[in-house]
Amino acid sequence: MDSNAINLTLIDYSILAVYILVVIGIGFALRRNMKTADDFFLSGKSIPVWVTGLAFLSANLGAQEVIGMAASGAKYGIMTSHFYWVGAIPAMIFLAIFMMPFYYGSKARSVPEYLKLRFDEKTRGLNAIAFAVMTVASSGASLHALAALMHLLLKWDYNVSLIASSIVVLAYVLKGGLSSAIYTEVLQFFLIVLGFAPLVIIGLNDLGGWTGMMSKLPETYAHSWKYMGTTANPMGVEWFGMVFGLGFVLSFGYWCTDFLVVQRAMAAKNMGDARRTPIIGAIPKMAFPIIVIVPGMIALALMSKTGSTYHIPNGITGETDFNLVIPSLIAHYLPTGMLGLALTALMASFMSGMAGNVTAFNTVWTYDIYQSYIAKGKSDSHYMWMGKFATVAGILISIGFAYVAKNVNNIMDFLQLVFGFVNAPVFATFLLGMFWKRTTGHGAFFGLLGGTLAAVVFHGLSSPSILAAGETIPWIKGAWIGAHFSFTSSMAQNFWLAIVAWSVCFVLTILVSFATARTKSDEELKGLVYSLTPKIREENEPIWMRPAIVGGLVLMVALILNIIFW
Amino acid sequence: MNFDLRLPIGILFTVYGAILAVYGALTLGSDIYKKSLGTNINLIWGCVLLVFGLLMWIFAILGRRNK
Repeated sequence: MDSNAINLTLIDYSILAVYILVVIGIGFALRRNMKTADDFFLSGKSIPVWVTGLAFLSANLGAQEVIGMAASGAKYGIMTSHFYWVGAIPAMIFLAIFMMPFYYGSKARSVPEYLKLRFDEKTRGLNAIAFAVMTVASSGASLHALAALMHLLLKWDYNVSLIASSIVVLAYVLKGGLSSAIYTEVLQFFLIVLGFAPLVIIGLNDLGGWTGMMSKLPETYAHSWKYMGTTANPMGVEWFGMVFGLGFVLSFGYWCTDFLVVQRAMAAKNMGDARRTPIIGAIPKMAFPIIVIVPGMIALALMSKTGSTYHIPNGITGETDFNLVIPSLIAHYLPTGMLGLALTALMASFMSGMAGNVTAFNTVWTYDIYQSYIAKGKSDSHYMWMGKFATVAGILISIGFAYVAKNVNNIMDFLQLVFGFVNAPVFATFLLGMFWKRTTGHGAFFGLLGGTLAAVVFHGLSSPSILAAGETIPWIKGAWIGAHFSFTSSMAQNFWLAIVAWSVCFVLTILVSFATARTKSDEELKGLVYSLTPKIREENEPIWMRPAIVGGLVLMVALILNIIFW
Repeated sequence: MNFDLRLPIGILFTVYGAILAVYGALTLGSDIYKKSLGTNINLIWGCVLLVFGLLMWIFAILGRRNK
C-alpha cells in the first residue's frame, strides 16, 4: 500500500464541507456592507483591532509558511526559531511603533501610494508593478501546492482541486472584499492552532515529552544560538549574516513594507488600533514555533525511535521531501475525525494564503495602476467594478501560474529569485524616506534600481557551496558570472545577497539624494516624514494600550525566549 | 459594521466540537485510536472545541448586550 495515501471518511468530508459553507456564508453576510470602493478595498476602516491583529499574523500563515517552517524544523531544529524571535517579532514591533503612523496617517490607501505621496510617480510605479506580479505569482504557487498535495495525499484530481478551491476563494472575496479575506484569515488562525495542537501533543507524548524528543535529536538541533559562532551548524549561517541579513534586511523588508500584511493594519478603525495591530499579531506569533516548528522536530525524532516505522516520505524526485512532514504526521497520528479537522486546517491555510494575495493584488492594481495610469477620475462605482474584475482576473492569472509551476521546472524558484532581488533593497528606501527628509524621488528610484541590480550581480558572483575545480552548478543557484564568493548554504548566500542589495540601495539613495534637488516642500511632507510630523501623544491612554510600552514588553519576551533556547 | 466575527467562529467550532465528540463517543475503544496512542482524541478534542465554540457564542451575546 502507498504509505502516503490517506483515506477520508464521511466524517472528514463533512468537516471540510462545514468550513466551506461558513466562509462562503461570511462572504454573503458581508455583501451588504460593500457599498463603496473603499468598503471593498479597505474594509471601510471599520474592523475591530483583535481581528486585524490576528489577520496580520495569519495573512502570512499561508501554506508556504506552515509547510515550510515544519520542513525547516526537521532540517535545522530550534534554529528555525530565528525566523520568529529574531526576524518577525522585532520587525512587527518596529512597524507598530515607528512606521504605522506614516502609513495610516498619510491617508495612503496602499504601500505604493505612500511612495507616491512621499517621493514621486515613478517610484510608486516601480513598486506597484513589482508587487502586483509578485502577489499573483505567489497566489498561483499556493494554489499549485494545494492541488499537488491533495493529489498526492487524497488522490484527488489535480485540475478539480485547483478549480474547486479557486471557486471557493473567488466566491467569498468577490462578495465581501477585503473584509471577507480578513475575517476568514482569523477563522483560519483558530483552525490551524486547534487543528494542529493535538498533533503536537500526541507526538510529544509518543516521544516521551520534550526531553524525550531532544534525546533523539542531534545536539545542534537543541540550540538556537550556541552554534552560531561559525557556519558549522545545520543552517550553515554565522550570526552576523543571520542578524543583519535575516533579522534586519529581509524581515523588516517583508513585515514593514509588504502590502499584503500592512493592508491588514490599514483596515483598523483608528491610528491607535492600526499601531496595535502588529503588536497583537506579534504575541501569538512568538508562540507559533510550537505549532509549526516542533512538528518538524517530532518527525525527525520519531525516525530514530526504536520500533517506529515512521519516516518522512519521499517526494516525486525520490529524495526525502521535508515539505511532507506535516501531512505525513497527520496521517500517522490522527484517526478519522481529527484527520478531517487537521486537513481542513491545512486547506484553509492554502486558500486564505491565496485570498490574502488576491485582495492585496486587486487594491494595488485598481488604485496604483488602473486609477493612476489607465483611467483617472472615474466614478467610485467604476473602481468598485474594476476591483471585482481584478479579483476574477487575479484568480485566473493565479490558475495560469499554477499550471506554469506544474509544467515548467524551476519557474517558481526563478520567481522566488526575482522577488528576492526586488525585495532585498526595498526596506532601505522606506527607512530613508520616513526618517530623512532630504531623500528625493530620484534618490529613491535609482537607489531601488541600483540595489536590485546589485542583488542580480551578487547572485552571479556567488555560489551556495564551495565548488571543486571544474564543478558547475545550475545558473539558478548562482555563480553564472563566476564563483567569487562561496557560502556554506543557499540560506547564507540569500542572507548575504540581501545585505549587499540593502547596503547598495541605502548608500546610492543617499548619494543621489544629495546630487538632486528636493521636489517636495516641508509642508508637503508633513505626515510622511518623522521629523516633520507631530508626535503622537499617548500619555492619556492606559498603559496596556500604548504601542511603545506593550511593544517593548513583547521584545523583552522574545529576548527571554532566545536565551531559554540558547 | 454590524458584523461580529465571534458568531461565525462560535458556530464553526460548536459544530466541529459536536461532530467530533459524538463520533468519539460512538467509537469508544475502537481500533482507529491505535494511531493516536490509544487516546480517544476525537472525544477529548471534540469537547475542547465545543467549549471554545460556546465561549465565543457567549462573548458575542455579551458584546451585543453591551451595545
